[in-house]
Amino acid sequence: MEVGKVKRVAGPLVQAVGLKSSMYDLVLVGEEGLMSEVIGISGNKHIIQVYEDTGGVRPGEPVKETGAPLVAQLGPGILTQIYDGIQRPLPKLAEMSGDFISRGLFVDGIDHKKKWEFKPVVKKGDVVKPGQAIGEVQEQLLIKHKIMVPPKMKGGAIKEIYSGNFNVDETVAVLEDGSKITMVQKWPVRQARPVAEKLAPTIPLRTGQRVVDGFFSLAKGGTAAIPGGFGTGKTVMQQTLSKWADVDIVIYVGCGERGNEMADLLHEFPELQDPRTGRPLMERSIVYANTSNMPVAAREASIYTGMTTAEYYRDMGYDCLMTADSTSRWAEAMREMGSRLEEMPGEEGYPAYLGARLADFYERAGRAEVLNGGQGSVSIVGAVSPAGGDFTEPVTQNTLRMVKVFWALDSKLTQRRHFPSINWLDSYSLYDQTLEPWFVENVSPDWNKNKRRAMAILQENAELEEIVMLVGSDALPEDQQITLEVARMIINFWLAQSAFHPVDTFAPYKKQFDLLAAILKFRDYAFEAVQKGIPVAAITSVPSKDALAKVRLEAEYEPILAKVMAQMDSEFKALK
Amino acid sequence: MTKEYKTITEISGPLIFVEKTEPVGYNELVEIRTGGELKRGQVLDTSDEIVVIQVFEGTGGLSKESAVSFTGDVIKMPLSPGIVGRVLSGSGRPRDGGPEIVPEVLRDIAGAAINPASREKPRAFIQTGISTIDGTNTLVRGQKLPIFSGAGLPHNDVALQIARQAKALGEAESFAVIFCAMGITNEEAQHFLADFERTGALERAVVFLNLADDPAVERILTPRLGLTTAEYLAFDLDMHVLIIYTDMTNYCESLRQMGAAREEVPGRRGYPGYMYTDLAIQYERAGIIRGKKGSITQFPILTMPGDDITHPIPDLSGYITEGQIIISRELHRKGIYPPVDIRPSLSRLMNSGIGKGHTREDHRAVSDQLYAYYAEGNDLRGLAAIVGKEALSERDKLVLEFADKFEKRFVNQGRDEDRSIFDTLQIGWDLLADLPEAMLTRIDDKYIKAYHPKYAASAAKK
Ligand SMILES: Nc1ncnc2c1ncn2[C@@H]1O[C@H](COP(=O)(O)OP(=O)(O)O)[C@@H](O)[C@H]1O
Ligand SMILES: [Mg+2]
Repeated sequence: MEVGKVKRVAGPLVQAVGLKSSMYDLVLVGEEGLMSEVIGISGNKHIIQVYEDTGGVRPGEPVKETGAPLVAQLGPGILTQIYDGIQRPLPKLAEMSGDFISRGLFVDGIDHKKKWEFKPVVKKGDVVKPGQAIGEVQEQLLIKHKIMVPPKMKGGAIKEIYSGNFNVDETVAVLEDGSKITMVQKWPVRQARPVAEKLAPTIPLRTGQRVVDGFFSLAKGGTAAIPGGFGTGKTVMQQTLSKWADVDIVIYVGCGERGNEMADLLHEFPELQDPRTGRPLMERSIVYANTSNMPVAAREASIYTGMTTAEYYRDMGYDCLMTADSTSRWAEAMREMGSRLEEMPGEEGYPAYLGARLADFYERAGRAEVLNGGQGSVSIVGAVSPAGGDFTEPVTQNTLRMVKVFWALDSKLTQRRHFPSINWLDSYSLYDQTLEPWFVENVSPDWNKNKRRAMAILQENAELEEIVMLVGSDALPEDQQITLEVARMIINFWLAQSAFHPVDTFAPYKKQFDLLAAILKFRDYAFEAVQKGIPVAAITSVPSKDALAKVRLEAEYEPILAKVMAQMDSEFKALK
Repeated sequence: MTKEYKTITEISGPLIFVEKTEPVGYNELVEIRTGGELKRGQVLDTSDEIVVIQVFEGTGGLSKESAVSFTGDVIKMPLSPGIVGRVLSGSGRPRDGGPEIVPEVLRDIAGAAINPASREKPRAFIQTGISTIDGTNTLVRGQKLPIFSGAGLPHNDVALQIARQAKALGEAESFAVIFCAMGITNEEAQHFLADFERTGALERAVVFLNLADDPAVERILTPRLGLTTAEYLAFDLDMHVLIIYTDMTNYCESLRQMGAAREEVPGRRGYPGYMYTDLAIQYERAGIIRGKKGSITQFPILTMPGDDITHPIPDLSGYITEGQIIISRELHRKGIYPPVDIRPSLSRLMNSGIGKGHTREDHRAVSDQLYAYYAEGNDLRGLAAIVGKEALSERDKLVLEFADKFEKRFVNQGRDEDRSIFDTLQIGWDLLADLPEAMLTRIDDKYIKAYHPKYAASAAKK
């Protein structure tokens, strides 16, 4: 390996001479050996982004080559970890350097000493293909970690296979061509891991959020963007999805955001239970925390490192959810590096390749037939933080070209403390059609019909509200006044959902459906009553209507809802 | 003795360019001597050929003859317990006629990032005595909560009231205050100092003053010095620190000026593309570290140019900080103090600091309900202005009246009025009690039964 020399240092960017490294190879800069990546080669100069603070680095200091790009270490022991953007476990860094992160620390992404019990699932003589599982490790109580033939290995007949306790570097199997299989794979983070075949997104990803599941649902393997100005609820939504989504593995990437939010997550996840299994959420989670004050180059890398781990668990046949908070900070990291490279900037100073990078990232999502034979998926939910809350800016626009679900956060709703502040008129899901059959089959034949009815009411409501702003609501015909009231119920009793209420934070499909059906039932009663000439004021003040407001806060809601509906029936019968 | 160079090739705005040096470290502290004067600077770009230095005290008086020496070290702040009670300049030199700080420790002012895994979740309620904060945008220890204001609004009074009244419930201990002034007028600075003196706060304060007529580049140092001091007081000396810095807008202008001098590709509205990261490095130096006693709570103040919240300075700040308190010109014109508009205001950490065991179990519900009707009442004002109040439904009339009363009784309070959280919640309930009970859809029945004035008397008896 060559040793080069630093020529110039300006912020996180270093120029060096005397290197042979290729693009995206890792190099170690300076006496302290700061982790860095080659991001440009021009003449005899290598342009290097440093993942750590460069204060004090001087021209003339050495630059060492590693001959390999930035890789993620993939093997048992990733789950429950909290990493920085280049997969260094943060608790390990704290052990080494205290409460403040210092520089030049090397730590493996997984523990190479720890022994895991390896159980083979194939035997001597079996022919295995790349990506195929040859054994298993019980990584967490409910999660089996499949040990797979690395995708870049040729495969072939198994010459030797062992069982027992091994660390990740020890050989657990040998193929006939002599290749040795261990329990760790090193994969370049900027490269997508291969699958056998991509599959159509026909299964919804249940989030327990009514506005999402009910109106703008995400598919397993799908992509969603959640853009919104500051304080509109991006982070809370991502955390809520990470808690309740019906996936096997969650990869939460805190990319250029707050330290206290990460502390919050690390505090909560070990205590909260996965609604599907009753086990602590932490057992199925992997957290990447490269907060806003940590080096920008590592922030840029964090999205790829996170994605690579997600793909790795997908390859085992798991459904994975990757949330990225926020993709705008990732884009800004690109912009920062780009402008220091003095590249020709595109729109608003972002590099011209912004759209391409975003596309490459979202393309790595999907449901797939994996090389091992089963099915797995990676779904992505990316937060977008548009400058000034303006969705016409480049990151939002480039993202919307890629993703299939758009949850538009609306600061007007936030100001009213209507959460989630997802605007029900602007948002959309392009999985709508493909998911309908699943809901009909698995929840109710009326699921889609009710959804369309509710959306139509909200649409009409928006038109009526414009008239109300001119003439007041009393001037409207009576049936339209009822529509306003029903819309208000859909908005306040159903779309609004507090992430902090112990019960309301998660609503199963059945409950979502029943509550909406109840509101629509009220609408039918009310229209019938109007037709009979009963005054609007009498209709909207039936006590059962207000009682309906609080049913969502009940865990055992069914008997309560039944009672409220029986009461509604008799109250409407009694109206004159 | 370090070598001196007289090889300045160019002086441009706040920057000097020096050639033919020994290898110089990035971010290194530089000393420049001219006549009898000593100026300090920092290396922004270093290579074999040329070194670019930003000069904190401004380049006025420098020439190609000035002597430049490189200290071989990054900028460090001298710290000792004796710093408490001192008034320093924006670059950390005594401004109170006292001696230089005799350092017990020297700390790199760049401030390393707190390891996210070492952070403790902030959740100790701080009572500021101001209803719009305690009741609806609760502050907790270790939070960074800026005040977004506009020129001519009483944000300084609000900040001072908070500094005077802030206390953790059930603890006698008060905060140590660090005050960083960046480019504010002498008069404003005196206003702060006089108040600190009046209340005795100066004895547990450290003041950094960079005034309007002090060099703009120095402002880049000021918050870093203040925060380095804050970390020392909080994590070495176990103190709870409240740091107020004003005005972040001036700080950002200095950043922009530096960027322009370096001919960088500008981001939005001419501010540097790295402004988000730069601000984050300051703001993220708030918080609590597991196993340590102290804490850092930040109150940055910034004036929004043209009252525009989408301007990059408030916008980026809002994206980083844990909420924002918005001072409203409209409420100020109505004569309401503190003119806090709760609708766009937010405390992101409120949830962990309220409720049972912190404030009271009904806190969240009361706050949500107040918000809902205040926001709706505000919307109805627009409608009432067009169609007339008479055209509103009975329900809407009630909501409209609620919004008016909310401003007069909940928002409005005296400059020295220190309300307990229970007083604040009581005012909230009194206002909500004027609405029919069925309208309180955001409040669990059990809280209505326990705290609604209609039931409270009998609930208390039980
Ligand atoms: N679903 C929700 N339920 C209750 N409160 C919410 C919800 N979503 C957001 N909030 C409130 O809004 C605040 C800001 O949300 P956050 O997700 O941090 O915003 P962003 O990430 O968009 O800046 C939170 O601190 C919380 O008070
Ligand atoms: Mg956020």
